[in-house]
Amino acid sequence: MAEPIIEIRGLTKTFGQGEAAVHALEDVSLRIERGEIFGIIGLSGAGKSTLVRCMNLLERPTTGSVVVDGREMTGLTKPQLREARRSIGMIFQSFNLLMQRTALDNVTFPLELSGTPRERARQRARELLETVGLGDRAGAYPAQLSGGQKQRVAIARALATEPKVLLCDEATSALDPTTTLSILELLRELNRTLGVTVVIITHEMKVVERICHSVAILDGGVVAEQGRVEDIFRSPATKIGRQLVYPDGAPLEELKGARAVRIAFTGGSSYEPLIASLVMDCGVKVNILGADTRDVNGQAFGTMLLGLPEDGDEAARAVRYLRNQPNVTVEEVQIP
Amino acid sequence: MIEAISAFWAEYGDILLDGLADTAVMVSVSTVFAYVLGLPLGVLLVTTRADGITPHRWLNRVVGWIINIGRSIPFLILMVAIMDFTDLIVGTKIGVKGAIVPLVVSAAPFIARMVETSLTEVDAGVVEAAQSMGATPWQIIRKVYLPEAKPSLVLGASISIVTILAYTAIAGAVGAGGLGDLAIRYGYNRKVDSMLWTTVVLIVVLVQVIQSIFSWLSRKLDKRLR
Repeated sequence: MAEPIIEIRGLTKTFGQGEAAVHALEDVSLRIERGEIFGIIGLSGAGKSTLVRCMNLLERPTTGSVVVDGREMTGLTKPQLREARRSIGMIFQSFNLLMQRTALDNVTFPLELSGTPRERARQRARELLETVGLGDRAGAYPAQLSGGQKQRVAIARALATEPKVLLCDEATSALDPTTTLSILELLRELNRTLGVTVVIITHEMKVVERICHSVAILDGGVVAEQGRVEDIFRSPATKIGRQLVYPDGAPLEELKGARAVRIAFTGGSSYEPLIASLVMDCGVKVNILGADTRDVNGQAFGTMLLGLPEDGDEAARAVRYLRNQPNVTVEEVQIP
Repeated sequence: MIEAISAFWAEYGDILLDGLADTAVMVSVSTVFAYVLGLPLGVLLVTTRADGITPHRWLNRVVGWIINIGRSIPFLILMVAIMDFTDLIVGTKIGVKGAIVPLVVSAAPFIARMVETSLTEVDAGVVEAAQSMGATPWQIIRKVYLPEAKPSLVLGASISIVTILAYTAIAGAVGAGGLGDLAIRYGYNRKVDSMLWTTVVLIVVLVQVIQSIFSWLSRKLDKRLR
């Protein structure tokens, strides 16, 4: 496998000392491949923001190693670190634009820092604003722009130095659902056309399912699980994983103790023929407790919760039958 | 009425204009030098904080102490206390020149705190964004802190200038010249009421004009208000 763009090993971050110490991250290891869109999801306080800040060393890790594009970040001198940061773009939840500068001058800002001649910087900034769909707002100040437009300016600014990685810290959390989708679409487009690796920090599963290729689930400063998004969706291995994948999956009170299976379909499968054939071929009646279809990375992805018959034999037969179907994963769940 | 005014003007007009000029010189020169000292100190106070861009606990404390000491000494006392120092710098202890040194020494710590307050208002997220782009501390000061705080710095300047204007009136009491000097010498010592009130009105008008200009300038500069 090719060298990953970001590799984190044994990362620990502790704030404070002694009794008051807070362990924000504990022994985190991650591997982010070149050109992918990598999601880091977790509830608030899980350590996501700290983790992403350890990637460009806005936070210095307490222990562990952070290698970005072949460079060990923790070992760099200050000038080397500033140089390295130019190849890591970052956008934020609150956009963090310079309020006293126009959109164009916000985009030229990182180029000024690196000493690009003024005219060339402005030329590049105009092109970037065009790329993010704001070619006509170059002279506007941030206060005159909507949230989505501000984030587009921030994205253009982050891309000005042609970074290899774009870190997005809750970049869509302050935006409404429609704007969120358009920003995610833009990120996917930029990932595809520029080949920039995108790291997305979010607390929303719909962001991950929409554009991420891989995901790491962070819980209490620890990576609970990580892998391809499809795999995590098909069979989340941890409690926090299930909680994030099935946020509305709270079992019904009257079904307490009943046996059930959660089945997941990928690709072109659909429920109805499966349930119909289950009933016809096995003579088993099952109860559909819940079903959901989502668009994961443009692929239809369905999950269904089936209540099994009380008779043990019948239930076992149904499970066996389901397990033998292609493109279907089956997980027995106990409704607590 | 008109005759009274023209008689007053004939007698005191030149003196008033001289006083106004002295005050203008003291205020403007002191303001410039006080900012030359106070602005860097204010910047230092912000950047050396624990959560600043160049944290430095001891430097931050020492600068803080010096500023607090400077601010706690009443202007009149400071003026007398540093007379020898004043003499050393400008070669005289009195007059307009003699007033400028204590005015600067007294206003600089005040200005440092004003600048500190203005810079603290700059969104920490914007500073973090600049750091994420590889900005040096000097670039962050020049291209983020100062330009982003500009409207607030301008408003702060109006407060600083008005404060210095008030100090010049006090300095007048110990022979510095200017409008304060006229108020004491003519208005108080010689009981020329018209002179006393004229100087008061002039100072009030000056304050109003300064405040209006700087408030207008601050609003004009602020790109957040569009």
